[in-house]
Amino acid sequence: MAKERHGMVEKRGAGLWLTHVFMILGVLVIFFPIWLAFVASTVTQADIVRPPMPVWPGDQFWINYKNALFSGVNVPVATMLFNSFVMAIGIAVGKIIISLLSAFAIVYFRFPGRNIFFWMIFLTLMLPVEVRIVPTFEVVASFGMLNSYSGLIFPLIASATATFLFRQFFLTIPDELAEAARVDGARPMRFFWDIVVPMSRTNVAALFVILFIYGWNQYLWPLLITTDPEMNTIVMGIKQMFPTGDDFAHWPTIMATSILAMIPPVIVVVGMQRLFIRGLVDSEK
Amino acid sequence: MEKRVTFRGWWLPLLLIAPQVFISAVFFFYPAGQAIWQSLFIPDPFGLSSQFVGLGNFEFLLSDKFYRGSFVTTAVFSILVTLCSMVPALFLAVMADRLIKGSGVYRTLLIWPYAVAPAVAGVLWLFMFNTRVGVISWYLGQLGYDWNHVLNGGEAMGLVVVASAWGRISYNFLFFFAALQSIPRSVIEAAAIDGARFWRRFWTIVLPLLSPTTFFLLVVNVVYAFFETFGVIHTITSGGPQQSTTVLVYKVFSDGFVGQDLGSSSAQSVILLILVGLLTVIQFKYIEKRVHY
Repeated sequence: MAKERHGMVEKRGAGLWLTHVFMILGVLVIFFPIWLAFVASTVTQADIVRPPMPVWPGDQFWINYKNALFSGVNVPVATMLFNSFVMAIGIAVGKIIISLLSAFAIVYFRFPGRNIFFWMIFLTLMLPVEVRIVPTFEVVASFGMLNSYSGLIFPLIASATATFLFRQFFLTIPDELAEAARVDGARPMRFFWDIVVPMSRTNVAALFVILFIYGWNQYLWPLLITTDPEMNTIVMGIKQMFPTGDDFAHWPTIMATSILAMIPPVIVVVGMQRLFIRGLVDSEK
Repeated sequence: MEKRVTFRGWWLPLLLIAPQVFISAVFFFYPAGQAIWQSLFIPDPFGLSSQFVGLGNFEFLLSDKFYRGSFVTTAVFSILVTLCSMVPALFLAVMADRLIKGSGVYRTLLIWPYAVAPAVAGVLWLFMFNTRVGVISWYLGQLGYDWNHVLNGGEAMGLVVVASAWGRISYNFLFFFAALQSIPRSVIEAAAIDGARFWRRFWTIVLPLLSPTTFFLLVVNVVYAFFETFGVIHTITSGGPQQSTTVLVYKVFSDGFVGQDLGSSSAQSVILLILVGLLTVIQFKYIEKRVHY
């Protein structure tokens, strides 16, 4: 009896195997949609339109991916991938820069209007772009920013999460460092570049991972403001590859595009797992 | 909390904060103000002039059966997405927590779907359940079940719920797993020595200790279901059939951009704004509590 109880805490024997079986089943079920998309991207259209489609990959990998990347449906997928990279990196870098600067100002200075500005930034936490799409669209259109990278990027970097994260972090930097810098007669910006920015490296990296995925996975905003297929991002462009009416969609090309659309964020998440989890936990706090 | 040591000067901090304030003002406050302003008017059909109607748009919306239906749809959708993403995640996290070795490998595999955009997830699930080529719909057909989410509202709802919940399982798993790992071993062992079996320990000790994480995830997942699932719905059902999957955010889009009904769309934006505000307040109340916890 004592032995059995011990076994239940320490997880040995049959219980352990059962746990592994559950985990493997869970992983298989969760992976199934991705696997099926991959298989569909390696077979011919004929294999798919006569269901059931095969469960193992075919030999059309290169043909389908080459076709998607360089011809696509409306526009080569390579172009959409490039647009997505510009948008995701633009959003991540833009947000990080403006938040580092404003958090530094809020934490290290006392200036008129400081509280008002702080609350202004705080309020932006509360309103996702989905809620204010029509008027934001009008603003961007009136600036002539439709079908442009700046139109894709700027409206989405108005968010306060990063600013709050940096503010919290700056508050933990020991006062002695700022004191020493001031005694040495260092200018604030010198302190910012030599002390604050290097100390924030890990936070910046963790935030970059989260923001890159946020930017990459945007759907509604690019859908509204990129009417020119040349400016489509890959995540919104997939839906545009479906024909209207009763035609059959060209599934191998669409599935190859779906796989291409998930590769960059998956590499970022899996490759930088530690930073990703840290960024996730930090930005939700 | 405030810094004791600060730098002097006022033009430098204003310069530093200017980019963020400028972007917030142009792309956030001005459009939000516009939404509130436009919600008080009805433009004429040619868009030449508009007539002030006060709260008329709101009155109309709240008496409109489609809008009220959209509220119900959103509620059902959010509850289902939250449940379907949290329950499997908790189960997997509890299993992973029992393992001494190998949980890292499972974690690496399980976080993949988080990286997949909701719109791409929509395409993947649409492919599996496509009425003509879908694998799962084909096998269901072999079993004698005629799957057709294009015509059947309930099936359409089921499909968008599963596609939306799928990627969130990864997210919830990470938070549950981290919370489980932080429960002191001694607490669990003490209960085991008292003779409590695994599931009994789970219900009486583990689950109550997880309650702060669970509550946090509840709020975050509801926010997700409300605002970040547009891509899933647009790719799979476009809100149909007969508006059975038209959630509130989808309706703002379809009335504002497809239907060009700016007054109503703006009024809906304002209602959503109030809802987000409420959810944020709940979230912050909770965070305050967690500090004391």
